[in-house]
Amino acid sequence: MPSIFDILGPVMIGPSSSHTAGAAKLGYIARQLLGAEPKQAEITLYNSFARTYKGHGTDRAIIGGILGIRPDDERLRNSLEIAKERGLKYEFRLIMKAPKLHPNSARIKLYDFENNEIEMVGSSLGGGRIEIVEIEGFRVSFSVMTHTIVIIADDIPGSIAHISGAIAEKNINIANMFVSREEKLANMIIEVDQDVPEEVLEKIRSFKWVHYVRLVEPIY
Amino acid sequence: MDINSFEDILKHCREMKATIPEVMIEYEVRKTGKTREQVIEGVRRILNVMIESVNNGLTRDAKSPSGLLNNYAKRVYNAKINVLTVNFQKAIARAMAVSEVNACMGRIAAAPTAGSSGIMPAVITTMMEEHGVDENRAIEGLLVASAIGLLIVKNASVAGSEAGCMGETGSAAAMGAAAIVYLLGGNNKQIESAASFAIQNAMGLVCDPIAGLVEIPCIFRNAVGVANAFTSAQIALSGVESIVPLDEVIFAMNEVAELMSPKLKETAQGGLANTKTAREIQRRVIYQIDLGK
Repeated sequence: MPSIFDILGPVMIGPSSSHTAGAAKLGYIARQLLGAEPKQAEITLYNSFARTYKGHGTDRAIIGGILGIRPDDERLRNSLEIAKERGLKYEFRLIMKAPKLHPNSARIKLYDFENNEIEMVGSSLGGGRIEIVEIEGFRVSFSVMTHTIVIIADDIPGSIAHISGAIAEKNINIANMFVSREEKLANMIIEVDQDVPEEVLEKIRSFKWVHYVRLVEPIY
Repeated sequence: MDINSFEDILKHCREMKATIPEVMIEYEVRKTGKTREQVIEGVRRILNVMIESVNNGLTRDAKSPSGLLNNYAKRVYNAKINVLTVNFQKAIARAMAVSEVNACMGRIAAAPTAGSSGIMPAVITTMMEEHGVDENRAIEGLLVASAIGLLIVKNASVAGSEAGCMGETGSAAAMGAAAIVYLLGGNNKQIESAASFAIQNAMGLVCDPIAGLVEIPCIFRNAVGVANAFTSAQIALSGVESIVPLDEVIFAMNEVAELMSPKLKETAQGGLANTKTAREIQRRVIYQIDLGK
């Protein structure tokens, strides 16, 4: 059953819940996955995003999200100018036909000032809802409806037990957990019921076989 | 607490001895675990965004990036000629104002969608202006509107890609009509009739935006959605009842949505979007690419 706030809202920056609000969310999530101020962004727009980005401000929405501007913040409109002020360099590629991807999809690669990088692919499903479908080459599927921990680690026995132990230690309830493997690495997407304190992330980060940990917070 | 039909809403009203706004607050409280006060504050925020979007559209420069919209709302609001009355002229201008804010990357409440976001703000601010409806009553009006929107989301669709403009501005008009009747003291039967009329008046309306942009004809259909809402409310408040109950009208809406060609559902492949002029605009908008710095 929908909430009355799905009917009376969302409050958003126009013109399109899929091409603007959803796009801003994708940029905002990419920023959280980078976990630092971005220096450079390489963005590929696919399908409908590629064809109609201009009239819908999809480019401004994604760059705005990457800059940490939320989907209901009117600064989205001036994000390209704000990017200039903050020293964010960006470039867009357009791919008009990518039949395997959802009609409204974008690939976002970000670099921070220490040249760490992150790459993700996300889709905007309509009504401002989004789905992340790829992170660092791993196929994933999550929608950031709740706080979500993203981990990349060596694929070793007991890794899941250690990580879930670190989370349970602080009485945080795991709602869903998805694991995928790629050669010797494993990707874990852990959806939890509440905010996650930094010390939990630090503990997971301290395991020698863990390479990457980020917390992605839901955007309303 | 299930709400699947207008009959369900009436049943909850009887059991709780409550009005529709009270039933909707209770629905949200049980659904989300929020307090009653949090729900009301949430609707107040929506109301404030709506008021702000009307004011912004009537004062700011509002030329869309495509150039298809260019400060039309102000022109209508300030026109020396009025075809009926000044308050009618202002009411439709308010809807156009929000449509322009939306097209120019301003903040709006998508009630129920971004494409139809002009109608509820125009209805509510006009009721505040013309009938002295205060903020708390306006919030009740929005809650009544949410009940109608909820029934459409459950049993048909508010998305242009699924139900055309019938789903977008038709739903918003039905929500607005119900709110107007409530705010003018109409009973639940009259609320139901007003919403039924508004949907009947938008039955089969296609979504055929030029170049796929939420601009033309969307802005005009938002204006007409306001007229539809006030027309439907006037008829219902006069005591004329809808022959077909709201629940059946919404099912009919769903049937029409399924019968509609995909070319007429937001894909910019049919109708106005497929005219020679629209195709030329589409080529200009799409190939005017200046990305990458």
